[in-house]
Parts: sequence; C-alpha cells; structure tokens
Amino acid sequence: MSFNIVVLAKQVPDTRNVGKDAMKADGTVNRAALPAIFNPEDLNALEQALRIKEKVPGTVVHLLTMGPVRAAEIIRESLYRGADDGFLLSGREFAGSDTLATSYALSCAIRKLGKIDLILCGRQAIDGDTAQVGPQVAEKLGLPQITYAEDIIEITKKNITVKRRLERGVEIVKGPLPILVTVNGTAAPCRPRNAKLTLKYKHAATPSEKQESGSDYTDLYDAHPYLNITEWGANDIEHDPKWLGLSGSPTKVKKIDNIVFTAKESKRLTGSDFEIESLMKELIANHTIG
Amino acid sequence: MNNLFVYLEIEDGIVKDVSLELLTKGRSLAKQLNCKLEAVAIGYQLENIPKQVFPYGVEVLHLADDKRFVPYTTQPHASVLIHLFKEEKPQIALLGATSLGRDLGPRVSSALFSGLTADCTSLEIGDYEDKKAGKVYKNLLYQIRPAFGGNIVATIVNPDCRPQMATVREGVMKKEIFDPKHTGEIRRLEVSKYVSDQDFVIEVIERHIEKTKIDIKSAPIIVSGGYGVGSAENFKLLYELAEVLGGEVGASRAAVDAGFAEHERQIGQTGTTVRPKLYIACGISGQIQHIAGMQESAMIIAINSDPNAPINKIADYIITGRVEDVLPKMIKYYKKNTK
Ligand SMILES: Cc1cc2nc3c(=O)[nH]c(=O)nc-3n(C[C@H](O)[C@H](O)[C@H](O)COP(=O)(O)OP(=O)(O)OC[C@H]3O[C@@H](n4cnc5c(N)ncnc54)[C@H](O)[C@@H]3O)c2cc1C
Repeated sequence: MSFNIVVLAKQVPDTRNVGKDAMKADGTVNRAALPAIFNPEDLNALEQALRIKEKVPGTVVHLLTMGPVRAAEIIRESLYRGADDGFLLSGREFAGSDTLATSYALSCAIRKLGKIDLILCGRQAIDGDTAQVGPQVAEKLGLPQITYAEDIIEITKKNITVKRRLERGVEIVKGPLPILVTVNGTAAPCRPRNAKLTLKYKHAATPSEKQESGSDYTDLYDAHPYLNITEWGANDIEHDPKWLGLSGSPTKVKKIDNIVFTAKESKRLTGSDFEIESLMKELIANHTIG
Repeated sequence: MNNLFVYLEIEDGIVKDVSLELLTKGRSLAKQLNCKLEAVAIGYQLENIPKQVFPYGVEVLHLADDKRFVPYTTQPHASVLIHLFKEEKPQIALLGATSLGRDLGPRVSSALFSGLTADCTSLEIGDYEDKKAGKVYKNLLYQIRPAFGGNIVATIVNPDCRPQMATVREGVMKKEIFDPKHTGEIRRLEVSKYVSDQDFVIEVIERHIEKTKIDIKSAPIIVSGGYGVGSAENFKLLYELAEVLGGEVGASRAAVDAGFAEHERQIGQTGTTVRPKLYIACGISGQIQHIAGMQESAMIIAINSDPNAPINKIADYIITGRVEDVLPKMIKYYKKNTK
C-alpha cells in the first residue's frame, strides 16, 4: 500500500505588507509589486502529505501550482521540505482566472498526473480568503471533499479519517479515497527545510527559468533529471479553452472604489492624565459608559 | 422562475441568524427586482421551519426532509441545491459565509458554472456595461467586498451566469421581521429525485459543536486590540477595561494571527461585524477589512501612537499615545468617577 498525493499550493502576495500600488486599474492584483510567499495554509497541507509519506513508504508527493514563472519558488521550497516533484501550470491562457477557472485548470492538470489517491490543499489563500478552489476542484473531478482538516487521523487503502475544525467545534469524519481534503491553519505547521534536500534541489528549475538565466548547465540537468521542474502550458493539458482564464471566469470586477471616509468631526487628545480623565467624565455624563 | 433563493442553515431545528439576516436582505433585493423570495431548508423533521422563516417574507419555502441530511455533509446538500437550481433557475442565491456555507457554496457554483463571491459586505442591484462586447446588463447583483491593498472596495458581477451567488457573514446584514403574520407556499421535494445514494459517502463519526462563549456581536461596548498592543500579556489591559466597562474584547486579524486573541474575537470582513454603542480601537491601524466590520459603531475611540493612523479618520476621539500608557489611565479614571 502506498499513495499518490497531490498538494495544491499557491504563491501569494504577502498581504501583511501591501502597498498602495498593489492593484491594477482593471481590478486585478499587481503581483509584481508585492513580496511573494508560500500561502501559509498550503504549507500546512504539505506537512500532512509529508507525514503520510513518512508513515507509508512508497508514497509519492507531487506539488502542483498555477502561477507565473516565479511561482516555481514554492515548488523548490516544497522539494527542500520533502516533496518528490513539482509541476508549474503557467501561461497567458490562464491569466485573469477567477476561482472557477483556476479550479478547472488545476483539475485538468491533476487528471494528467494519472491515478491520484489524495489531493491536499490549504483551506484558503490569504490574498482572497475565498476558500473556494478546494471544493471546486473536488467538484470538477467528481470527488468527495473534506474541508477544514486539522489532522489526518488515519489513512487506509480505502478510507481517510479526518478531524475537522469548524467555527465552533470539531468533527471527525471518514470518507473514501480518492478524495480532496483542505487543511486548516490550525493543523501542524510545516517542517523546516531539510539541509540535505536543500542542497540537492538548489538548482531545480523550470525550462523558463533555465532560459531566463541563460546559463548553460545542460549537462547538470541531463545528469540529474530530478532537477527539472515540469512546466505545463495550456497545450500540455487536455482542456476546453472556453473554461480557462477570463472566458472561464463568470465573475467580473465591475469597479474598484477608493473609499473616502467622510472624516468625522473628531476630537484629538493626548494621553495626559487630565485629558483622559475629562474624556471618561464626558462619556459617563452622556451615558456612553457607566 | 428566476427568483431569489436563500439557503437556510439549520442547527438543532433552529434556523441560524445568518440565514434570517439574508432573508431580510433578500426580501428587499427581491422587491427591487420584482421577483419572489424563496428559501430552501434541507434537513430532518422540518415541521418547525416554516413558522420561523415566513415572518421574514419568504414566499416559497422548499423543504427537503430526510434523516440522512443530518448531520450536514457536503454532497447531499449540494445535490439538492444543484438539481433544484437547475429546475428553478434562480437569478440570485445567497448563503451564509459560515464553515458550512463556504463548504457548500463553491461546490454548487462549480457544478452550475455560476460564479460565487465570498464574504460580501454589501449587496446591491444595478446595471453593468460590458464595453468590449457592447452589451448592457440590467439589474445585476452587485457583490461588494473589500479587496486587499489599501482602501479599496471591489464590486463584482456575474453578467452571464445564473444564479449569481454570494456568501455573507453573520452580522453583516440586519435581520428584521417583515410581517409576523405573513405566510407563504410550502413545497416538499421528493428527496429521491434530488440525491443519490452515492452522495452519502462521508460518514460523520463524532461531532462537538460548542455554543459560542464569546459574544462580541451583542456587546454594547467593545475594547478591541490590534497588532500594536504588542503581546498577549498586554491584551490583559484590554480585558480589564472591558470588564470594568461591561464590554467584550475584540481583535484585528493581525492580533489574532499573532496569537494575542482567539479567532472568535476577530472583527472585520472575515470576522464578525459589530455595531456597538462604543468601540475602543487600541493599536489598530484601520485597514479597510477591519473597518468593514466596525464602522457602524455609534462612537469610536482610537488609541494609536501614530497621529496619522487611518483609523483616526472614522474616530470620534483620537488619542495619540501608547496603549500601555492610555488604558491604565482610562481604567483608573473610570473607577474614580463612578464611585
Ligand atoms: C482577504 C483579507 C481579509 C481580511 N480580513 C480581516 C478582518 O476580518 N479583520 C481584520 O482586522 N483584518 C483583516 N484583514 C487584514 C487587514 O488588511 C490588516 O492587515 C489588519 O487589520 C491589520 O491589523 P492591525 O491594525 O492590528 O495591525 P497593523 O496594521 O500592524 O497596525 C498596528 C497599529 O498599531 C499602532 N501601534 C503600534 N504600537 C503601538 C502602541 N504601543 N500603542 C498604540 N498603538 C500602537 C501602529 O501605529 C499601527 O497603526 C484581512 C486581509 C485580507 C487580505
């Protein structure tokens, strides 16, 4: 018994360091202007996959991401931590995808990976917080889904048992393989990079990256095929073009507004004892407090 | 046909507030669109549902009653909605942005290719012009939500696909009885036509749902802390102030992420929406996602070391200072003046 696992991951702008030029006029995100990180909950998902791989020899963990060329960074990051290989889905056909078009593209790529027992992904990505891609991929593949996993309690040849973290409680559920599971931020954090693997995969690269760097390491990649990160464009996956990118995205951004708050007539205070005491007296007198 | 549908979330036979809030909003949108408000209840022993929802103006209530629908698992509920929506062709479908709604909504929208906007903070009706295609769409659902990056709000539309789907968090809309005596039509669905045995593949082995202990939604006073509070230790000052004032403690997402406060306390677009009498924002910068959840507070006091913090724009009182210095004084002078 061993498993074929795909982890879906996304490189996201670090929304805690967002500047003013983060959005383009058409309402899409100006990714180039932001520091990019491994979406946190996708790391939790990767950890769950690596744990299964540790327990069940022969298990293979693939990492699949859709994004621009630089998203290969998170594939390398996954290889450093123990993933077996990585796939980057990239190309202008995918540009402008909303969650549905993204899910469609990912589902086509997963089909190409062959027999898969388990698909793991983070509950949601921090740039949109929609939590929609996981369930939508499951639906596109006709698979059952288990969302908000905090722990995979057991996985057997046929079934997976998962502890789910809900808004106000926990649930333990069991479902049949193959299945898609979305993993919560409350699950175990991802292990750090492994020094040996980091050394081994340092030069792992996609064809685009090799081309960009212009360096001629053909021998290196021939001798070490595991350093080749697979890159797929739309032509490499079986798909119907009308479901990809903008045309496959039912939601459109109508407009983006800057909100201008009508500045209230506000009182400015310092933190001095006198001013704070006056404030408290005022609030008590007008029955806001007390 | 082409009506507005609300999925009713039910726990222990009680329709959740978030669904009643959506019915109230749905009623006013349906009126603008000149269509009916319909609701779907999927569960077991649903006899008590009609009287809970008809006062909110539901005109048609669909009941899918089967023992196997409880506890909730994704596919059976999704199948009922998918098939029902294929028959009824709603123009709009609304769900709560709860753990359940966010598990169910995307599954349904994917099957119907209908597009879904999560965590809307406002819903309106309006027109949309697709300049490239030279087409004007009348009376679409504007799905409005803050978008990350500065003070921006995005209006999303689904021009071509139906239903236009959106999720909304609890507390964002206000529930209001339309008419206590209002009743509507009940339609009982023949369950076997909507679900198949293959839908029941997930087995719920154990389930513990706690009643919420923290009730920030109905607290009249909220002392809320952000990343600027600095530590969980410093948060104790907020608890102390909340305690003496008879309020609750809230938090920004940055404070929750940093582990200063529990997730249930998060206020904002992806937390709870609150409208207290008094909101004291301590060390909160005031990003749009936070403000979306508290701007309707009757009075806002901002305590921030930065005299130009964005939160100041919506504050009635701006205290420029450090949380650690200001809060002890507020506690002290409150006590002194109420003795
Ligand atoms: C999709 C999405 C959804 C989101 N949903 C939410 C949500 O629901 N709720 C939410 O809150 N955020 C949400 N956010 C995050 C939001 O954009 C901000 O990052 C967050 O609100 C910032 O929290 P903060 O104000 O506590 O921290 P910061 O922005 O880091 O601000 C800290 C503030 O503390 C002040 N300060 C520092 N030290 C002191 C001191 N000693 N005394 C007084 N003041 C001090 C600083 O001047 C600063 O203004 C969301 C983001 C995204 C992308």
